[in-house]
Amino acid sequence: MPPDDNPHDNLHEHVRQNLIAGTLDPQEFFEAVAEHSHNGLIGVHYVNHGDDWVELAIDYQDHLIGDRETGILASGPIVSLCDMGSGMAIMLTTKRFFQTVTIDLRVDYLRPAKVGASVTARMQCYRHTRNIAFVRGQAHDGDRASPIAQVSGTFMFLETMK
Amino acid sequence: MIRLPPYAEALKIETQRDADGRLVLTMPFGNHVAGRPHFLHGGAIAGLLEIAAILTLIDALGEQHPQIKPITITTDYMRGGREKLTYAAATISRLGNRMANVEISAWQDSEDKPIAAARINFLLARE
Repeated sequence: MPPDDNPHDNLHEHVRQNLIAGTLDPQEFFEAVAEHSHNGLIGVHYVNHGDDWVELAIDYQDHLIGDRETGILASGPIVSLCDMGSGMAIMLTTKRFFQTVTIDLRVDYLRPAKVGASVTARMQCYRHTRNIAFVRGQAHDGDRASPIAQVSGTFMFLETMK
Repeated sequence: MIRLPPYAEALKIETQRDADGRLVLTMPFGNHVAGRPHFLHGGAIAGLLEIAAILTLIDALGEQHPQIKPITITTDYMRGGREKLTYAAATISRLGNRMANVEISAWQDSEDKPIAAARINFLLARE
């Protein structure tokens, strides 16, 4: 498929240019990417970011429920949220638009998210080498001091960092 | 057949049994599970793996209905998921009174070439 026919490729070029110019706007990025992907299904939205971290959130939605009896969210959307946040944290840290693939992601569920509450994940890229990025983070449902999940993951760059 | 949770319906997951009676889940490709261009989203794969684990546990527990609470989930991504149907099936390594250890694998072309695998440790909360 020629690049011009793929909305993803145009979007990625736009993000790449913004990264080079130091003007990447994570909020704009998420709004653009949302309708094209799984992130749109779960409704990931941008909250905040810093030099090496980003905060993303999902609202409580009926189609994300994992247990009909309790109404508790499935863990899948929370993993997705952390996965997406990891990729973004890596881009912010490296200031490069290298695509990453997940090698492994571990999530410890400290307690269930409150029914009806939004879930916010703060992911930080705390180390990267030419090939690999290391990410850690936490998810909470309103109170950062009382996290619902602890997350760590490793990611590989599709191109080796020069 | 077991009633699917809403998130499984949102992923358009369907269940079937193979010749050995094992529960096998399928998830079609679509925008709803897309990640980077032309590939499945890692989160959608993790969702499929988790649902395969839970349905297999419910199946094995029969008349028992403890609350099934995931405590730790470790997902390994081995191949990029392409724009095609994805399968998943789970094996229960140990089914105890309070804990269940489950290994799950997802594949597309053939089961011996998994695209991802996960281990989930569940707490079985009984009344």
